[in-house]
Amino acid sequence: MTGQAAMTPQNNIMIVAPIDRNNEADLRLILESMNLQPGVFDTANTLVPFQQIKTLHFARFVILEDATRADLLAYGEPPAPAGKSLALLCDFDGPSDAFLRDLVACAGNGLVRVFSYCESPPATEDLIAWLQSHQARASASYVNWIGRTTVQIREEELLYRALDNRLNSLDMSNAKPRQVWNDLRSFVDSERAAGRITLTPNAPTPLAWRVGNLLHCVGIPIVVLLLSPFVLLYLPVFLLQLRVHEKTDPVIAPRPETLQAHELAMLEDHQVTNQFSAYGNLKPGIFRRWTITAVFLAIDYTARHIFNRGFLARVVTIHFARWVFLDNHKRAFFASNYDGSLEAYMGDFINKVAWGLNVVFSNGLGYPKTSWLIAGGAKNELTFKDYLRRHQLPTQVWYNAAQGLTACDMERNARIRAGLEMSRMSDEKLSQWVGLF
Amino acid sequence: MAPITNVEFSDVQGLLRFGYGKLTGACFLLLRIEDPAAAAGWLAEAPVSTAEVKSPPPERALQLAFTSQGLKRLGLSSEILDGFSAEFISGMAGEDNRSRRLGDTADSSPSKWQWGSSNTSLDMVAMIYATPDLFDDWKHSLASQMQNSGFTVMHCLSTEDMGNIEPFGFADGVSSPVIDWERKRNPSGDQVTYENLVMLGEFVLGYPNEYGLYTDRPKIDDAQADLPDAEDSPGSKDLGRNGTYLVMRQIDQDVHGFWKFLSKQTGNSPTFTQELAEQFVGRKMSGAPLLSQSEQTITGVGPDPDDVRLNQFTFDTDPLGVACPFGAHIRRANPRNADLPPGTPPGLFGRLSRILALDRVFGAGGESIHKDRVASARFHRLLRRGREYGPLLTQAQRTGPPQPDESPSGLHFICLNANIGRQFEFVQGAWIQSTSFDGLRDENDPIIGNRMTISACPAASFSLPVDAGLRQQIRDIPRFTTVRGGAYFFLPGIRALRYIARAGKVS
Repeated sequence: MTGQAAMTPQNNIMIVAPIDRNNEADLRLILESMNLQPGVFDTANTLVPFQQIKTLHFARFVILEDATRADLLAYGEPPAPAGKSLALLCDFDGPSDAFLRDLVACAGNGLVRVFSYCESPPATEDLIAWLQSHQARASASYVNWIGRTTVQIREEELLYRALDNRLNSLDMSNAKPRQVWNDLRSFVDSERAAGRITLTPNAPTPLAWRVGNLLHCVGIPIVVLLLSPFVLLYLPVFLLQLRVHEKTDPVIAPRPETLQAHELAMLEDHQVTNQFSAYGNLKPGIFRRWTITAVFLAIDYTARHIFNRGFLARVVTIHFARWVFLDNHKRAFFASNYDGSLEAYMGDFINKVAWGLNVVFSNGLGYPKTSWLIAGGAKNELTFKDYLRRHQLPTQVWYNAAQGLTACDMERNARIRAGLEMSRMSDEKLSQWVGLF
Repeated sequence: MAPITNVEFSDVQGLLRFGYGKLTGACFLLLRIEDPAAAAGWLAEAPVSTAEVKSPPPERALQLAFTSQGLKRLGLSSEILDGFSAEFISGMAGEDNRSRRLGDTADSSPSKWQWGSSNTSLDMVAMIYATPDLFDDWKHSLASQMQNSGFTVMHCLSTEDMGNIEPFGFADGVSSPVIDWERKRNPSGDQVTYENLVMLGEFVLGYPNEYGLYTDRPKIDDAQADLPDAEDSPGSKDLGRNGTYLVMRQIDQDVHGFWKFLSKQTGNSPTFTQELAEQFVGRKMSGAPLLSQSEQTITGVGPDPDDVRLNQFTFDTDPLGVACPFGAHIRRANPRNADLPPGTPPGLFGRLSRILALDRVFGAGGESIHKDRVASARFHRLLRRGREYGPLLTQAQRTGPPQPDESPSGLHFICLNANIGRQFEFVQGAWIQSTSFDGLRDENDPIIGNRMTISACPAASFSLPVDAGLRQQIRDIPRFTTVRGGAYFFLPGIRALRYIARAGKVS
């Protein structure tokens, strides 16, 4: 649970900078220039060539704008301030400082150009410092498989294709699993010797990370345990406050405008994986602020130590996701990369993890009514879907390094490789292994 | 909780309740409304068949359904039109994104359709059914009535009675969800077993669906309107109640190509060719399932012994896909699963452990790659009412070369559902055309998949798992079907139909 023998953990960054409103139109044009068509990234683009950064899994540019600012009026509060920001999000292998250096080395000029449309833009000389000072830390991050690097994904997919081709070119229809395994093992050995297949062994897990991870894994529960008497004392009060809030919080989830829905749909379903960016105001007040902070902590903890091997509770289709506080903790931003269509994604959430969604997103302004934090909410199917679409932002630029591969494909490939590298396998395990193809 | 009222079958169009299987003469007239006022006059009196059981059963039937364009043409206000679903308003061919998700690309793309694409003005469909001896007269009578009432017949989709066999030669219409007309069903919480009885609101607007909620539809705040009351909004009238959305797609089937390809895979052995075809479909040609009958009865299956023989099974007994491949057509179209994965221990703790995925947390990572990857079937059922077209062929003719001047064979696929996005589009996009359905890769539906390469990953394979052995893989499967036309229609309740007609008279 605290990490395999050798692996490189993943990290993320988010850069946020307010846009100079006079330059917004030009900024949109330059972002669009990185696409072949809306929603399809141009992997040959020279402005910000994400494809050249080998440790990058996903990247996106998204213009943060809040069309629902006036929802705060429902609480008797003035509308949230207007003003749009440009955000750059990256999910990658290894530490953030090394990644920032790679990013600037590959795309420094392009980034300076893109961020030149922001208020107080960076100068080329101090780009790294500027990026670092404009970071927004995620409160909770989810990685589908901690330690699965881009190198591993690439190499294991090439391995799969080579093995698949071999199995199809030979007639192995009556071969026993053990025969298949032996044949493929010697095949891989000779291919590796000839340099046609590369399987890089994992780099050792950085010691500092291991220590930090262990401390986090053990430390948080200890802190929770120490605080538990106070939490238990507060619990009845919390529940009472919760019910009062739940009964009075307004629901704001009208059907999205056709134009807006169309703009979002245009960017989706060009490949098997999709992006999702959502932005919204939190329900005002200390109660909601503390609740969502605690929830983010719980998600971050479980994502780091429990849900780090291919599944987030019952949902197995998310590659990377994160939750970020913005605008002085008044707003939350959510980004994810997931397999399948949005309808399937939302359906999965409603049917499999509604309780999880409710716990987090019910702190968002206008969310469908919940009961006791976990019931109701997302179970209001159409209201929930309308609410999501209402707060979804078009992602102007979206890069996926492993286009065409689902999280399931990656897991399958990893298991196939792991099976090849075992020195001994029982007949039963071999049957299962052969069934992976 | 809204009061439970009985369904007024006299207000429901018959197709929701009957397939009109005995009325083997059938055709679908695709209509444009040239003169809304005249058309409205005809619609006000049109002899539409209802869902009441009549004795003796009728020898003729007529059903009417409208596109969003048609409703607009008849003068429904934009406020009312906005109450319909976004999919219906946009239309099947209205957006590239929709066509991408449905797999309507390349030769199946709407730009190549014979009917239903955005630039043709398709307003209405008249579905005409009759016994063979009465059919021609009934059709001509209706067609001339409509032509004299401001309609133009743009297209006549004719059908061929193939005796419940579809053009590839397989028994069709074997499985169908049972609608809970009596409103006894009340699913609350996660279901652990598959049931074939489905909430009324999944197929008929104005009633609760499987979530226990009411699908959005246009409601009218006029207490004088001659429409049913809206159950969930006292004081409002419900234009959608007793109506539904009708999805129609014309799908050409390359019958000769299908059998030729399969035959080549098996070295021209007729027995093995048929077996391979049956693995593709997921049923025997006779309609019998590939899995043995389950001991456990299934709510909504039976008591008719034929239904039990054909439909009393789930795929729980075939976790490795050995009896019926994971990607077989019927396994994709209806996975027959429940809300929680099979093997969920009974009781609260058992459910909780699955909901929190504790079995994965404490598992050794040796679970099947297919575990818990498919959404729960009860939210994605379709009520099918399709009819075949083309020449009636024997199996010898199907497996032989095409005759000169042989007209195209295919299926006018028709299904009824209350939520197009969650039902039809979901099944078509996430299950049928998806190359990542149930953890598979490089393949989509072997019968109606479009084989479109996505992100440089091919989609033209089909895997047949082998028990304790290496899978058999068929590759480079050609496309066997092409979409020639399609549209989304609203099939209104009878009072709603007359209300729409009155709107047309006024405009």
